[in-house]
Amino acid sequence: MSFWNYLINGLSLGSVYAIIALGYTMVYGIAKMLNFAHGDVIMVGGFVIYTIMNGAGLNPLLAVLISIVACTVLGVVIEKVAYKPLRKATPLAVLITAIGVSYLLQNVALLIFGSDAKLFTSVVNMTPISLADGQIVITGETQITIIACIIIMIALSLFIKKTKAGQAMLAVSEDKDAAELMGINVNGTISLTFAIGSGLAAVAGALLCSAYPTLTPYTGSMPGIKAFVAAVFGGIGSIPGAFIGGILLGIIENLSKAYISSQMADAIVFSVLIIVLLVKPTGLLGKKYSEKV
Amino acid sequence: MAMLEVKDLEVHYGVIKAIKGVSFEVNEGEVVSLIGANGAGKTTILHAVSGLLPKSKGSITFEGTDITKVPAHKIVSLGMAHVPEGRRVFAQLSVLENLKLGAYTRNDKKEMESTLKMIYESFPRLEERKNQTAGTLSGGEQQMLAMGRALMSHPKLILMDEPSMGLSPIFVEEIFNIIKKISSQGTTVLLVEQNAKKALSIADRAYVLETGNITLSGDANVLMNDESVKKAYLGE
Repeated sequence: MSFWNYLINGLSLGSVYAIIALGYTMVYGIAKMLNFAHGDVIMVGGFVIYTIMNGAGLNPLLAVLISIVACTVLGVVIEKVAYKPLRKATPLAVLITAIGVSYLLQNVALLIFGSDAKLFTSVVNMTPISLADGQIVITGETQITIIACIIIMIALSLFIKKTKAGQAMLAVSEDKDAAELMGINVNGTISLTFAIGSGLAAVAGALLCSAYPTLTPYTGSMPGIKAFVAAVFGGIGSIPGAFIGGILLGIIENLSKAYISSQMADAIVFSVLIIVLLVKPTGLLGKKYSEKV
Repeated sequence: MAMLEVKDLEVHYGVIKAIKGVSFEVNEGEVVSLIGANGAGKTTILHAVSGLLPKSKGSITFEGTDITKVPAHKIVSLGMAHVPEGRRVFAQLSVLENLKLGAYTRNDKKEMESTLKMIYESFPRLEERKNQTAGTLSGGEQQMLAMGRALMSHPKLILMDEPSMGLSPIFVEEIFNIIKKISSQGTTVLLVEQNAKKALSIADRAYVLETGNITLSGDANVLMNDESVKKAYLGE
């Protein structure tokens, strides 16, 4: 029975990875850049909730909403200030800037909150579900995380397929100049993408810190890297790929911890990535389409 | 007053001056061709006109509005569409999605439907393949899609960059017939072509471009009989 518990926990962790990976993959698909500061936006979101709940004593749902707004604004500002001036620069310059932004966010958090871990109060207040005479327990956090991930995935797919702004995103991701010639505001579309990605990071931050309730300035960094791995694993740029990559990664990580070795779990996760990339360099769902000329 | 007026246009790529002070105009209802060899600056001029490239000097006026500094995405709603070189269709999207993106700036749903119908009448192949991914179309079909997509914005002026490039002779013929039809339906056309003979045959007026300068201009049928044009561009 404990297998099912491990699996469900893996599913929950994977759902968090998936939500973060969606932000990574959307930004990559549209701006063609790896936003390494994405993980740290999660941490900022966590601290916003922590401050509001402990300082102002507001209710958790309100705290999460404020955190989403704060991270959305932060994401758009980061893009405007740090990345937009580099639109025509080499990918390496953009990558180094992203790493710089990541350190900046971590160190600002360090200055404000210090390095000792804060105890995060869960934003979820739901009764756990017990199955099979209490042998399988699904916590409220796990339930919310999995449900949130599925809702986000469906909403995002519908948004991209059905709305004008979503179609504009696809157009920009394929060909910026051609999109501009359609009358699409390319810079606006990139901002929107960062806004959505960072809003999702805030959601992921709330869920992650609720399940693993310690918060430090480095809280976002490892999940950020894992989510990046998940996005590459699933095929970077692909939304269903990020979803599947995230879920699989969470399950593999948790099962490795349970049955192989908890120290080796991360090594196993990264090895799986290497193997997938060796066999299928574009990731699980990444496609390489050939264009007729 | 001309519909499109380009005055003393200069465009730089870094330190290299690609367009060295070019002036020309397009009047309402005309088909105007820019002809010239590879690298003469034809595509650069179109990119500057539609706002994709910054201009270092000169001015561009469209229907009396100065658009020299207006970004490309805002020029579309003024009534100018640009069919770029190499088609640039959105390969992963369907034909219909591509066409709808062409109407991105429009909010009049009903009239959009009738534009779509008109485009399907001009390009029956696009209707047959409306749910197919654009990347799977043949080169000629992609050219039709690129044209249809530009027409979806209901432009007053359409810029076309090398529409016949890389197409089989049958498609070239078809594409030029379509350009004639677009013109006869009241859209003004600015056409850039390496196929000078074809371009001159459907144009009212033309400009000859050589390494960033206009060296000759006039009525298309006069240019067609000009000895230097014949020698340099018509292969006679």
